[in-house]
Amino acid sequence: MRKFPSILKTASSMLALAGSMALLPAPGLVLAEDASSVVDQGKAVAFDRKKGNCLACHQIAGGDLPGNIAPPLVAMKARFPDKSRLRAQIWDATKINSNSIMPPFGRQQILSESEINKIVEFIYTL
Amino acid sequence: MKKLLTIAATLGLISAASVAVQASPQQDLKEFRAYFAERFPDVPFKEYVNGVYSIDQASREQWEAIEEFPPYELNIDNGKQAFNTPFKNGKTYASCFRNDGVGIKQDYPYYDNATGKVVTLEAAINECRSDNGEEPLKWQKGEIADISAYMSYTSRGNKTNVVVPGDEGAMAAYTRGKNHFYAKRGQLNMSCADCHLWNAGNRIRADLLSPALGHTTHFPVYRSKWGGLGTMHRRYGGCNKQVRAKPFKPQSDEYQALEYFHTYMSNGLVMNGPGARK
Ligand code: HEC
Ligand code: HEC
Repeated sequence: MRKFPSILKTASSMLALAGSMALLPAPGLVLAEDASSVVDQGKAVAFDRKKGNCLACHQIAGGDLPGNIAPPLVAMKARFPDKSRLRAQIWDATKINSNSIMPPFGRQQILSESEINKIVEFIYTL
Repeated sequence: MKKLLTIAATLGLISAASVAVQASPQQDLKEFRAYFAERFPDVPFKEYVNGVYSIDQASREQWEAIEEFPPYELNIDNGKQAFNTPFKNGKTYASCFRNDGVGIKQDYPYYDNATGKVVTLEAAINECRSDNGEEPLKWQKGEIADISAYMSYTSRGNKTNVVVPGDEGAMAAYTRGKNHFYAKRGQLNMSCADCHLWNAGNRIRADLLSPALGHTTHFPVYRSKWGGLGTMHRRYGGCNKQVRAKPFKPQSDEYQALEYFHTYMSNGLVMNGPGARK
């Protein structure tokens, strides 16, 4: 009984990952302006209390009154050389730490796949 | 600490079938307390009755100023008056309770073998009304909270004394409450324990999270945010909603069981209700 849903989850998260790659334009094609607006949009979704509300737990440069439940989000490129691992943390933190308090944004559909992609781009600039 | 973690992790996955293999309530209590003693080594046990103010000096001073002119004083007066006003049949609430209902809050909730239900103080108040031919009161605020506040007030200084007998019904209720406390729920997937155990003393955005130990001693609570008094089940509903979980009904079996476990964990701490919170 336990195995089944977790297989389902894996399957759906891989689908989601595959889907998200399709959504992102090929790297060479991104215009400078587009890239920065994706980052801005990601920041807006991350800071929105009704969306990511990442500041509830994480300190993030540019955000007021952060919580201190979780590690500050800094040096993300160094900590996540593999961007897909960063996305996986946001998509479902409980996969990595089953008792994590961090909401599984993708699995629970708190954010859409494209919102998560934008957040990843923003977080990756930190 | 390690053991608590395992319990927390497994509870979400297993059902009531495993009651027999789980730690006894006494063992749970010991570990719960040891966890806080280790997390806040400078906070004496008896301080936990003050909720978030037991661990935060800065907000404590504002709160102490508020408690000098308590916002719930009128509620206690109203509650006292309601408590002593005879029903249509001439009897009063006193006739329904041990010691005429004075100084008894510390014994609630208890498990009633005859009905197979957990009895919270508010449930007993409404039961008293229906036994005497009166309409029940609404559960979360208003007159029932006033009466509960008065009864809590007369119990100040008495130590929380919730009993969980070893029999099957009581243990099932206790376990159901414990399960609710540790199970992740809602779209945001968080448990009571996530906020009030593992992260007690941390800030979620600007809010400091109170320790679950001592949560139950000062209810009902006057909250500035509510602009009035609310019962424990009003608070449960609010905390469930924060994680985008559908709240249970006040005085549902689920919340009565949660209150049973939650209050048992504060055994030995003195009653200091009603309280004031922001
Ligand atoms: C309710 C608390 C909470 C919220 C809200 C939250 N997180 Fe987290 N996050 C955590 C915790 C706790 C950790 C530590 C690892 C773990 O337990 O999963 C973490 C870890 C992380 C990490 C890994 C950090 C590292 O250096 O290893 C990243 C990246 C992250 N979160 C991003 C986000 C983003 C982006 C959002 C908002 C969309 C967010 N988090 C919202 C609690 C939270
Ligand atoms: C997302 C975090 C979060 C979760 C999950 C959560 N709470 Fe809370 N709770 C809070 C915050 C914030 C407050 C207000 C500050 C404080 O006193 O902790 C609060 C307050 C309370 C209070 C009032 C404390 C007092 O001294 O008056 C009680 C009781 C309580 N919560 C119980 C629970 C229970 C039981 C659950 C699970 C059903 C739960 N909470 C789940 C965040 C949470």
